[in-house]
Amino acid sequence: MPNSRDFLRCSALAALLFIYIGFLLGAEEELSIAAYLLCGIGVIIALVLFDVFSAIERLVQANETLWQVLMLAGTLALIAVFHQDHYTLFLIGTIFIYSVAVLGINVQLGYAGVINFSGASFFGIGGYTAAVFLQNTSIPTSLTLPLGGLFAAVIGSLLLLPVLRTSGHYSALVTMAFALLMKVFLEVSEWLGGPQGLSLPPLEFMGGNFTEDIVIMGKECSFYVKYDIVCLALLVLTFVFVRRIERSWMGLAMDAVRIDETAAACFGVNVTRWKIAAFTMGNFVIGMAGALYAMMLSYINPSNFTFSDSLLFLSILLLGGIGSIWGVIAATAFMVVIPEKFQVVQEYRYLIYSAMVLAMILFRPSGLLPRKPRSYATGGRS
Amino acid sequence: MDISLLLQFFINGCMLGMMYALVAVGFTLFFGVLDVIVFSHGDSVMVGAFAGLTFYLLGVYAVPGLPVWASAFFVFLAGMAFVAGAGMLISRFVIMPLRAAPALNTLLATMMLGTVMREAVRLFFPDGSNPKPFPRLLPDWSWKFGDVLLRFDNLALFVAGCLLIVGVAMLINHTRLGMAIRAVAQDAEAAQIMGVNFPLIVLATFAIGSAVAAFAGLMNGLYYNEINFNLGLLLGAIGFSSAVIGGLGNVYGAILGGFVFAFLQVVGTVAMPFSSAYKDVFAFGVVIVLMAIFPTGILSERQSQRV
Repeated sequence: MPNSRDFLRCSALAALLFIYIGFLLGAEEELSIAAYLLCGIGVIIALVLFDVFSAIERLVQANETLWQVLMLAGTLALIAVFHQDHYTLFLIGTIFIYSVAVLGINVQLGYAGVINFSGASFFGIGGYTAAVFLQNTSIPTSLTLPLGGLFAAVIGSLLLLPVLRTSGHYSALVTMAFALLMKVFLEVSEWLGGPQGLSLPPLEFMGGNFTEDIVIMGKECSFYVKYDIVCLALLVLTFVFVRRIERSWMGLAMDAVRIDETAAACFGVNVTRWKIAAFTMGNFVIGMAGALYAMMLSYINPSNFTFSDSLLFLSILLLGGIGSIWGVIAATAFMVVIPEKFQVVQEYRYLIYSAMVLAMILFRPSGLLPRKPRSYATGGRS
Repeated sequence: MDISLLLQFFINGCMLGMMYALVAVGFTLFFGVLDVIVFSHGDSVMVGAFAGLTFYLLGVYAVPGLPVWASAFFVFLAGMAFVAGAGMLISRFVIMPLRAAPALNTLLATMMLGTVMREAVRLFFPDGSNPKPFPRLLPDWSWKFGDVLLRFDNLALFVAGCLLIVGVAMLINHTRLGMAIRAVAQDAEAAQIMGVNFPLIVLATFAIGSAVAAFAGLMNGLYYNEINFNLGLLLGAIGFSSAVIGGLGNVYGAILGGFVFAFLQVVGTVAMPFSSAYKDVFAFGVVIVLMAIFPTGILSERQSQRV
């Protein structure tokens, strides 16, 4: 149990963080958004310069459960504040879904070191699975999520043999070829709607229609509140799942496989098994995220699942810090919100993304919030 | 299927194969020297095509009434020189600083660099987001053999491509510079001990590879009579696939890989006439299968991985 001083400090930090995010999300004019952004960057630089940042990191690490609860509460508070604002709620939901997808890639690349350049393809497979099942069958909506994940994992297992047999650049090529193949396939397949894509029927969930506004505690709320809650639930589940993997013997084995395959094999770690496990679990998570994304958009087409989107996923992972869960969520928020908020830069967004990631790789390759080395002390946390 | 249609497919396949082989040679050269995949190479191809177009327009503007041959020569020379310079800059400021980084970082960095180049052309080239007509630099003579149409410009491009590849092979196998490149490819440290100027050799390799890419880009423009900012992405992926199919680090493998890929596309077109778009699905599918069978390429690297 954290002591009361830590409790107060953490709460104050979280409150400040979410007030800032709230102002940023609520800002309408580009000038004020730019001002907020510059303020944020300035504060972070100041914190790092005066060595407060590492103190904050230590504080958060020492009171992890409390911090997680605070983050969850803050997110719910944000949703409550913006309960009528369709667009902001949609943005928040998108952040959650993309975070889930990138966490899936994190399991593959960050833990087991399996390169996946076709993240967006598996995301798309999940989405198309959901669309096809919802259009043609009457299975419950909630089942389409695991189904999307399942299809992504099963189709991904077709790639297992080439991915496992090759290494380095060669296995990068395999997933890259798959991403290009998948995009073209979605575009030309008439059964899947071709370039127009598919639209999803309105969702029925627990007896209620998902596309109607609701009343919670006497307040009119946008229907996106429902989506946000579901997305948040998926993100929390994925967070717990990925954390548990990371901190278990499975994560240890995957780390060993990533860092040195030969050494891992010498110590009796089954390299093939852990690569398969990581690749399949990652694809399952990505597929679920894709299914939920399709439902939230209620319309999908191949242009959402191109090779550039796969690159976007990898860039987010690299920007946040490979293997770092909080880093992934922070980087996703940044990458999703900034281009949406700055309509001026909308046109230039890929240019800015790629220049930013390029600079990141050149000057700070470990990412914004790098993953901490595993600590083996008693009660230590990774 | 009659024989003339098959011949026509064969000619198209040869043209595509030459283009892919030229791109793949760059990938394989860079991999040989620095052990990196420079994924922005596909976009160097695109920049080559746009630079050629720009130089053509400048040339027409500056010297009206320039004979066709001279302008074609000028466009090729200037385009290749421009991209060679760009390649040297890329190697100096992006690739060399990342030498110690994990392979994934280099791959991602060069992909991002490729996106930067692509977007820069799309946003800053006048009306860059739309396809641009590419000028006909060569006379449009053609010969008809039965139903087979053989265009002079195709033949000229093919022969020029062959000469370029032979030239690069000669350069690598029979000159001092080539010996230095091969030495660096084999063991960079040992080569440096023997007095090879490593940074200079890297620059030279990037200049050569990028110039060849620019040639491929110009060839692409002349072949399709149209260029667009996006052509580098697919061409880069195809060139990379070709280099990998052939076995990275092996120039002959890259050439073989380029023609194999073009052949696969042609087979895909012939086998699935209902939709030509399936040809890429087919070709990339076969690439995945080939990788499963030959995990390090058909003509694989000679050295095995040391542990």
